[in-house]
Amino acid sequence: MTVATPAAPGLSAPAPAPDRRRARRRARRRNLFSALLFLSPWIIGFVVFTAWPLIYSAYLSLTDYDVINDPNYVGLQNYRDLLQDPKVFQAIGNTIFFTVLQVPLHVIVALSLALLLNRAGRSSSFFRTMFFLPKMTPPVAVGILFLLLFNGQNGLINTVLGWFGITGPSWTTDPAWVKPGLILMSLWTVGASVIILLAALQNVPEELYESARIDGAGFWRQSFSVTLPMISPALFFIIVVNTIAGLQTFDEAYTAFFGAGNTTYGNDAALFYVIYLFQQAFTFLHMGYASAMAWVLFVIIMIVTAVQLLVSRRVVYYEGEGPK
Amino acid sequence: MSRVLPGGVPGREYERDPHPSGDMPTVSPGRDAASPPPRGRRRRAGTVSTRSARRGRRIRRGFVIAALTVLTVVFAYPFIWLVSASFKPRGEVFDNALIPKTFTLENYLSVWEQAPVGLWLLNTAIVTVLAAVTVTFSSAMVAWGFAYFRFRGRGALFALVLGSMMLPGAVTMIPTFLIWNALGLVGTLTPLWAGNLFGSAFYIFLLRQFMLGLPRELFEAARVDGASQWGVFWRIALPLTKPALAVTLVFEVQAVWTDLMRALIYLRDSSTFTIPRGLKSLVDAFGFGGEWHWEIIVTASVIATIPMIIIFFLGQKQIIQGVSTSGLKG
Repeated sequence: MTVATPAAPGLSAPAPAPDRRRARRRARRRNLFSALLFLSPWIIGFVVFTAWPLIYSAYLSLTDYDVINDPNYVGLQNYRDLLQDPKVFQAIGNTIFFTVLQVPLHVIVALSLALLLNRAGRSSSFFRTMFFLPKMTPPVAVGILFLLLFNGQNGLINTVLGWFGITGPSWTTDPAWVKPGLILMSLWTVGASVIILLAALQNVPEELYESARIDGAGFWRQSFSVTLPMISPALFFIIVVNTIAGLQTFDEAYTAFFGAGNTTYGNDAALFYVIYLFQQAFTFLHMGYASAMAWVLFVIIMIVTAVQLLVSRRVVYYEGEGPK
Repeated sequence: MSRVLPGGVPGREYERDPHPSGDMPTVSPGRDAASPPPRGRRRRAGTVSTRSARRGRRIRRGFVIAALTVLTVVFAYPFIWLVSASFKPRGEVFDNALIPKTFTLENYLSVWEQAPVGLWLLNTAIVTVLAAVTVTFSSAMVAWGFAYFRFRGRGALFALVLGSMMLPGAVTMIPTFLIWNALGLVGTLTPLWAGNLFGSAFYIFLLRQFMLGLPRELFEAARVDGASQWGVFWRIALPLTKPALAVTLVFEVQAVWTDLMRALIYLRDSSTFTIPRGLKSLVDAFGFGGEWHWEIIVTASVIATIPMIIIFFLGQKQIIQGVSTSGLKG
């Protein structure tokens, strides 16, 4: 019942009374309670849709499970099978081929477009909109466009190549050209990266260029000593996000080459890892095997991301104490 | 007062080191903390530029605009071609002319006859609205929990939020399916949006960043005036967060409208299909299933894309802003 009175100035504070301490503790507990109330959606969601699935998926990967019958524990058998499944290796190979080529091309195209936009001045917002628009096309429609535009006989791409006297390959059926075609198609949706890079470019302080110029730096020197380091956090972000997305490619290739029920319509050159995983899980109901595949993917993504983070420590420049 | 993540908090601009080169003294005597320090070198006004230099600049600018125009055509062409193809009769779909030789609306009529496209659109709209509204609201709530309250373990808990962002969807996909299966909801639209009731790590992060930039004094004052914790969130914080909420809404609308995989996993019956799932079923039926009917597939693709384009033009400002900030705070 005692009201805590602040100590008069100049006097040393009195020792905290026990009930004052209790009141403070009660206030802190009430504060924690309200905080937890606000956090509760995420806490529940995390437990139900992240933590439990994570544990259960690890368990499933050690079983045979077809949804209908109870899981049957088989130890590491799924992982052993995985090592002997040629299709897994083909899927991994396809996925890595796609990602390794797609990511650098994506960055180059996005950076070139962003640099051009950065020079365009006032009119850049119109062009920016136009480059972003393909990103709004549903990936399924992009997959359909791929089948049409890249059609070997009468698709637009080969028609255009024909104007220059080039006989285009059969993009949608020739195993050697399926992935390059899909990569080209994916470059159509670089819009988001362009905008991220453009924002980064516009944030580079003009003073830096001026002092570089005064120090006698030419165009290339300015690009490599000012522009690149200053936009490196944005570049790094795009590389990481695209690598992770590339390793999980699904929609476009699935639309164009695979169908429910059937294993494959087109050819296995487009059999990406997540497509094979999806088929194992939901077409063949090999839930255990698919879970093992998911964990392998998880490990691969973790390793790739960790390597990128390590490299970034030496290459990426953050202004001040944190990214701006 | 501890400031977590100093970058991105509005109003702190002036505290940044004005001499990023680092060769200038950071602390200069007599600088008043309240007044912004002098900026570095200013662009000198009235730099003499000769006529030829100006012309060179104009030519270079002309070149840039020309290059961008060509590239815009390249980027817009596939889409324009798609729309144009939807007005071509069956035999001419592959005809590369931009303007159909024979203009027809037949395709739009036959799509509606062949497949319940209207129903698919309705399903997609229902799922999208529910998903976007729930994820925005719950993420905002959680973000507020992290932005406003101080309690022990907050840092660790937030690290967990960020960590869960890295988890590939493939790992949780199967157990999540089993949860919805056990609840008997596979085959309904619920699994496509109900997971969003619990917020999403990326949006929590985005909204928390924004909320950290709001003036804290405002909330303290409201508390002193007798507002409840919920009242502070609902009546003061949430309205101030509107720009960031708009970004979240638009991002989620885009993600859900175009989502194929979840629809493939959870939807069985054509009457429950969303637009991406329906499109895929059209590809299966009119493509791989037998004789290609490209005109149906193309027209349905256009119908699926138009709403996204409309949403883009409505939310353009928010989308562009949201995207351009998302790459900088890593």
